[in-house]
Amino acid sequence: MTERGPVETGAVLPELSIDLTPTVVVSTALATRDFTPVHHDTQLARAQGSKDIFLNILTTMGLVERYVTDWAGPEAVIKSINVKLGVPAYAGDRLSFDGTVVSLEDGQVTVEIRGKVSLGDHATGTVTLTVPKEDEPC
Amino acid sequence: MTGDPMTDGPMTDGPMTDEELHELADKQAALGEVRGVPAPDPVNIPMIRHWLAAMGDQNPAYLDKGVAPPAMAQVWTMQGPRATAKDRSPVDDMMAALNAGGYTGVVATNCEQTYHRYARLGERLTPATRFSGLAGPKRTALGVGFFATWNVTWYAEDDEPVAEMLFRVLKFRPPARKTTKDPYPLQPAINQDTAFFWEGVKEGELRIQSCADCGLLRHPPGPLCPHCRSTGRSHTVVSGRGTLYSYVVHHHPPVPGRETPFVVGVVELPEGVRIVGNVVDCPPEEVRIGMSLRVTYRRMDDELVLPMWTPGEP
Repeated sequence: MTERGPVETGAVLPELSIDLTPTVVVSTALATRDFTPVHHDTQLARAQGSKDIFLNILTTMGLVERYVTDWAGPEAVIKSINVKLGVPAYAGDRLSFDGTVVSLEDGQVTVEIRGKVSLGDHATGTVTLTVPKEDEPC
Repeated sequence: MTGDPMTDGPMTDGPMTDEELHELADKQAALGEVRGVPAPDPVNIPMIRHWLAAMGDQNPAYLDKGVAPPAMAQVWTMQGPRATAKDRSPVDDMMAALNAGGYTGVVATNCEQTYHRYARLGERLTPATRFSGLAGPKRTALGVGFFATWNVTWYAEDDEPVAEMLFRVLKFRPPARKTTKDPYPLQPAINQDTAFFWEGVKEGELRIQSCADCGLLRHPPGPLCPHCRSTGRSHTVVSGRGTLYSYVVHHHPPVPGRETPFVVGVVELPEGVRIVGNVVDCPPEEVRIGMSLRVTYRRMDDELVLPMWTPGEP
């Protein structure tokens, strides 16, 4: 985790880029208790017309959460994660997150996030969270 | 017999019209919130640690404060790899009807989670699912389809809602692709009674029908439990292992779409039922009653996948 700047509208989150190795895809699928074969069985995923195994949705949600808390710090409390799902995030690709604070109201911060892979947007959406009072601009 | 276990299955209603699909959607929505099976484990440190490590999340807050990362909400109530489908939700019948109607493609479009508070160590969460709507048919980039939306709420032991999720999928009719293979001439009869089996095959799962009341497995699928006469149906995902109970080597007459000779076996599953299927990857003269087999999935044409049996470790 890195030191972040002040939480204010327009603040840009540092980019997070994750290499989607098969290990990442499989270990996150298992850690989220998702045993659907397309998340761990390459042969079967390909037989179904996919390029490779791909990230499961529970992991997409987890990585979005990680992306925002990496920036916001351990005192942040996540209130909601709303994600619109796009193209699959295949093993062998790279998932890059960017994000911007779009509003700050009554201590509630709204961050717009986007997770991109080589095929396009994998996930776009908003995360709302609260951060401790002293972190807000006076 | 060519490895199609379904041709003797019950034949009930054909695919629903769009109007009937909407009627079913209204019926499923009217069921309201249906409670599922509680999480197998309470919120616990090992699963949190495992999740954090897999995500690469170094946030110390969760283990310091004794709470779970909120995005784990759904993880606690995921079914394991040997799950049974006893835990049916109002969504299942809707999905089966859409599949039977040819809307076999699926892609999730929205996942929206709201966290009322973080779940605490030791809490056992219970999910409850409400089917909230069907929209369509709509023309999309993937094909014509319906958007199906449902809501899940996770409750703590005192019925306090901890987290909520809205989930939306597009169920679409895959557009006719340029065929790379001629359609396999022997197509299974897929209807609402048997769709679960074929959906399983496409997912790489061997699903066997079970009685929702006494739990007895039966195959091929049928409308009534031969043991307790219940019409309540569910299914279970079996291990995919079996032993060869009996077989024939088919030499003659010719079968469209197949090369002779081929082996048709009756495979006994350790779960207690027998299933008919081809034995492959083994010369017919080496096939023996009692041999260990495991299931394998063969693509017959652009749409159809058939479960078959290959020699395997016991």
